[in-house]
Amino acid sequence: MARWGMTADLDRCNGCGGCVVACHAENNISTVGPEQASRGRAKHWIRVERYWEGDFPDVKLKFRPTMCQQCGNAPCEPVCPTYASHHTEDGLNAQVYNRCIGTRYCANACPYNARFFDFFNPSWEKPLQLQLNPDVSLREVGVMEKCTFCVQRIRGTQTTAKAEAREVRDGEIQPACVQACSTRALVFGDLEDPESAVSRLSRSPRGSKLLEDVGTRPAVTYLARLTDEI
Amino acid sequence: MTHPTGAQINRDLLRPLLFTSWRFYLLVAFFGFFVLAGLVAWAAQMTLGFGISGIRWPVYWGFYVTNFVFWIGISHAGTLISAILRLVNAGWRRPVTRCAEVITVFALLIGAMFPIIHLGRPWLAFWLFPYPSERLLWPNFRSPLVWDFFAINTYLTGSILFLFLPMIPDFAVIRDKATGMRRRIYGALALGWRGTPKQWHRLESAMQIMAIAIIPVAVSVHTIVSFDFSMAPVPMWNTTVFGPYFVAGAIFSGIAGLLIAMALLRKFLHLEDYLHPVHFENLGKLLLVMALLWGYFVFNERLVTYYGNEPAEMTVFWQTQNGPYAPLFWTMVIGNFVLPLILMGIKRFRTITGCVIASISVVVGMWLERFLIIVPALSHKYLPYSFGIYRPNPVEIVITAATFAAMALLYVLFAKFVPIISLWELKAGEHPSPELIPPATEEHRLGDLHL
Repeated sequence: MARWGMTADLDRCNGCGGCVVACHAENNISTVGPEQASRGRAKHWIRVERYWEGDFPDVKLKFRPTMCQQCGNAPCEPVCPTYASHHTEDGLNAQVYNRCIGTRYCANACPYNARFFDFFNPSWEKPLQLQLNPDVSLREVGVMEKCTFCVQRIRGTQTTAKAEAREVRDGEIQPACVQACSTRALVFGDLEDPESAVSRLSRSPRGSKLLEDVGTRPAVTYLARLTDEI
Repeated sequence: MTHPTGAQINRDLLRPLLFTSWRFYLLVAFFGFFVLAGLVAWAAQMTLGFGISGIRWPVYWGFYVTNFVFWIGISHAGTLISAILRLVNAGWRRPVTRCAEVITVFALLIGAMFPIIHLGRPWLAFWLFPYPSERLLWPNFRSPLVWDFFAINTYLTGSILFLFLPMIPDFAVIRDKATGMRRRIYGALALGWRGTPKQWHRLESAMQIMAIAIIPVAVSVHTIVSFDFSMAPVPMWNTTVFGPYFVAGAIFSGIAGLLIAMALLRKFLHLEDYLHPVHFENLGKLLLVMALLWGYFVFNERLVTYYGNEPAEMTVFWQTQNGPYAPLFWTMVIGNFVLPLILMGIKRFRTITGCVIASISVVVGMWLERFLIIVPALSHKYLPYSFGIYRPNPVEIVITAATFAAMALLYVLFAKFVPIISLWELKAGEHPSPELIPPATEEHRLGDLHL
């Protein structure tokens, strides 16, 4: 059984936001418009957090792509009264939209604020509705949604591999954000396989987990930034 | 201090049931209007989408959960106070118990609405219930929200029984006095009460059992409500002090709610002969004790956080001390601690007016306390990039106002159809006669016991 994980190299991330766009397109994340976005209703399963350091004019800008950390010990899971948020055998924090009744408890418990609530039924500005992904279900008003590590791609590739009677190759599965990352800052793969690229990178001395002291045991490793130039 | 006799008790306390003035219809229409507005607001929220509320990323709980905790807190007035007073056989409790117990039932009914109102898909609320479904899916018993479901239902069932049991002999009195339709309805409610010694004995035993059983239930309910917060790894939520802190706050706000209700009943139903200043003074002393206890818990919670000096917790801490939520925090401290301490601590101010002023400030303060526990922690949770400030929208304000109107409406209707002071218990305290009282209730006369 695989255990899916990701590494994000902060030295490589240039904050272009390509991952955010790719994620919206892949996962049918509805756009809410500028007015609702300013009221905190935007849904970005992955976001590029920007942190400024120092005073003007000596300002340093740092980026951190942040998505659901697919925690090994996820605070969102035990609090859900209906099992909409639950753990899969391959270590994903799954969200069953049809089972969600919208208590929003999971989002409050999540230290990363990686969960998003559907305040309205989904709608897209034309012509975005023409590019909806048939592999991903739409979410109705009143449910929680979040990054799935593109579970539809994981399952699709696993099915293909099984049909061809072989194992899933390292790097064969690419979530949309990883595929779109132009600087290859994001790497995805199986953490159980010690030889996979993601395993080797997450063992790097530069590696650390986000909010590790909360005890969530995330599956995402951030590789610390060593250079100071943007 | 006058002591009304049996016939006068019947006349005074049954008057609201048998005669209806235009003021009653006016009150019902007034409060009914607000309740209706609340229902319209909720319907709008369901049809237009949850987005019309002020809830936002990352503050996913706001006014609704505040109201939930607040009303469940208010519900601790009645049953708990009345059960304790019954167990210690305090004579002055007699005119107070029923108006306290009924607060519990109505506040619980209102509070229990909020977990449903705040749901994203309230039409699926029954998925919280453990019912045998064809998919063999049970609720997640690890979730504090499921514990809430059981705790509140247990408390509600217990409180309704505890309210109903001592009403049975009173229903029998009304049945015997009424005619027509009224006679049939109250006759059914009286459950065939004849006043035989055996029936009195059974009633007394049942009430003793309920009074003992309801106390641990009441304490557990608000502890479990506090678990909704203390079980989540959110700064300033994840603390062991929340259980007793919430229970103390609940009893505190409950006493305040009871004092306000008693003062209103005394004024509008002309119950000056029954609700004496001594009742207000005694409950005022209880309010003082709870204000001190509440002050201790807040100080404890804040001091421990401050000494721990954990960055994520201190971020939330300063939001309430001198950040955007500071005006609300200091209003809460004045309303919950400073004002009650002055008004209830000095004997000269411990009058009915003084009690009402202190109670109103405590009710406001306790509502703010719930808000300040929930919202600042969520709006400043860990990653600074995701901070956000919550502001309520009209829909939440209307629904909140509607709950207060609903409480008033239910109370007005209850006082119209049921004697708000227990007739037989009052008579038992006044005129110990063998056919009226079981031996167990022999005790102090009304007002003689100055606690």
